[in-house]
Amino acid sequence: MVDKIKLKSSTKKFEKAAADKEGKTYILRLYVAGTTSRSNKAITNLKRICEEHLADRYDLEVINIYRKPALLEGEQVIATPTLIKKLPLPMRKFIGDLANTEKILLGLDLLKKDWK
Amino acid sequence: MRKKRIKTGFSPGSRPKCPSGIKGFDEITGGGLPKGCPTLVAGSAGSGKTLFSMEFLIRGALDHGEPGVFMSFEENATELAQNVASLGIDLEDLSARKKILIDHVRVERSEIEETGEYDLEGLFVRLSHAIDSIGARRVVLDTVESLFGGFQNEGILRSELKRLFRWLKDKGVTSVITGERGEKTITRHGLEEYVADCVILLDHRVTAQISTRRLRVVKYRGSSHGANEYPFLISERGIFLVPITSMGLDYEVSSERVPSGISRLDAMLGGKGYFRGSSIFVTGTPGTGKTSIASAFAEAACRRREKCIYFAFEESKDQLFRNMRSIGIDLSRWDRTGLLHIHATRPTFSGLEEHLIAMHRLAHEIRPKIIVIDPISNLTEVGDPLEVKSMLGRLIDHYKSNKITTLFTSLLIKGANEDTSREGTSSLMDTWIQLKDIESNGEHNRGLLVLKSRGMSHSNQVREFLLTDKEIRLLNVSLSSGVVLMGSSRAAQAAQEEMDAVRRREEIERRKWLLERKRREKDARIASLEVEFAAVEEDLTSSIRMEERQGKASIETRKELAKLRKADNKTTTR
Repeated sequence: MVDKIKLKSSTKKFEKAAADKEGKTYILRLYVAGTTSRSNKAITNLKRICEEHLADRYDLEVINIYRKPALLEGEQVIATPTLIKKLPLPMRKFIGDLANTEKILLGLDLLKKDWK
Repeated sequence: MRKKRIKTGFSPGSRPKCPSGIKGFDEITGGGLPKGCPTLVAGSAGSGKTLFSMEFLIRGALDHGEPGVFMSFEENATELAQNVASLGIDLEDLSARKKILIDHVRVERSEIEETGEYDLEGLFVRLSHAIDSIGARRVVLDTVESLFGGFQNEGILRSELKRLFRWLKDKGVTSVITGERGEKTITRHGLEEYVADCVILLDHRVTAQISTRRLRVVKYRGSSHGANEYPFLISERGIFLVPITSMGLDYEVSSERVPSGISRLDAMLGGKGYFRGSSIFVTGTPGTGKTSIASAFAEAACRRREKCIYFAFEESKDQLFRNMRSIGIDLSRWDRTGLLHIHATRPTFSGLEEHLIAMHRLAHEIRPKIIVIDPISNLTEVGDPLEVKSMLGRLIDHYKSNKITTLFTSLLIKGANEDTSREGTSSLMDTWIQLKDIESNGEHNRGLLVLKSRGMSHSNQVREFLLTDKEIRLLNVSLSSGVVLMGSSRAAQAAQEEMDAVRRREEIERRKWLLERKRREKDARIASLEVEFAAVEEDLTSSIRMEERQGKASIETRKELAKLRKADNKTTTR
């Protein structure tokens, strides 16, 4: 079920985002291991962050690793849940249930470090 | 793998085993790694963990029809392929044929932000996917401990690793997990706590600038195993372990005899030579002809069409050929036919154990009937005497159990190690030939003595050992008033004896002649006496007869007279 959650049509968005020179569009991939409470927590947390901080400029795909195990090697995913920020560069990885919002915002460059 | 297993005393037991394919390892563990269970292979950097586990996978894939997954946490597929190319394995080809799957897990801490609770389900899924995609029966996790560098939460990592090992066991794959050697624990992060079935320790030591690799089975639940440290070698043909430390004295012996190549020496050894499968020790001070005896033995073996390995630690192949040609032994001929295999190295070329392994490996590959090690004493340069002795013991046991007749030469330094050699290695040897350098009257001669030879009556005499340009000869020595004479003094003595003999013969002749003369003289005298006697006898007899006749006649006359006088007989006769 989870892997069907696609908030935007991915391929088109990705191309659009890649072409986006300002780097405003975020390409996000969330790898989860089935519908565990941890997976759901991560999805909820991420959706909340995206809606609050990225509003209309993100592309999120949630992937169930049991369904697509072949993807794991290429993406070097070991832990679950893993969030990968593919664009804008640099690529970043977040593991865990994404409960630490501040850390994620910092990692996504949505929060300036001098804000502290 | 060879069919005939070396007896090591480790039975497979009830536990199912998975042959590792590593030469020697399966013998010390009675069959290999625990089947369907994880095994921990620990060792410091460069101790051969990756190669050990890679060999396990490759052998499984090639020899046992068990595909394998190599999950590498350090090197990527290209690097691994380069590493095993040195073992003569084409990893890319094996990957292409789906025999081996390499999954490189890269964990960069700097790339990862930890934002709450997580697990390693991703790793499980990856591994499971890899196993299923090629139907793997074997799995290697090469330094799973690298994960400790990638994740901050050690608690999660530990419980996940524990779960992983359990999962591997449930999956029924035979797995090898490698780990860095720790200071107090076997592995740096104490993985041995979770992998409880079998723990193997690899070690890499350097003593006197010579490195030796060793392997030890620390623990093997439910199976007997060799507890010693076994040296191993990473050669161009893979990992090679020497499994013989624990050999028992239960090999079969043969009463077949092997000629020594020197007929007089055979005569000294009960007339037939050495026993097949025995160990022969030839000791001697420098220049006493140890190599010559060894070469004669090797050559004789080749003449009988028996394979022979000659380990030369002093001379190069060509040097040996040239030198032996000078005493009429042509070894190069046999080298060309392939019956003789000469392995010439300097002892310091590698560690003692590596020499041992090389000796094993060659014996394993060539399967000779005869092995010559010339000289064994040079190996003390790379190991202390105790080590050399233990190595010799292992080597001899190994060769004996394979019915290989082995000849060792050993250099004795006068006074220095004569006694230690006697105590140290004598007990291991069945036949001991001592070559002596006997110096007297300004010359140097070689003597040969069979000091001992188990199980046969042997000569107790010293023979003079001559190296001529055609052959090796053994001559009787001379004994003169209790002194053994050799060389020119022996020759002088022989000449003297010859003269004495001639003189004696002449004397006898002379006396015989004298006796004969006396006898003739006696006979002549007897003859003349007889003639004389006969003359006298005749003379006397005739005179006796005459007298008798005259006596008769006078009585008659007197009777006539008395008659005439009519006298009384009584008065007249008075």
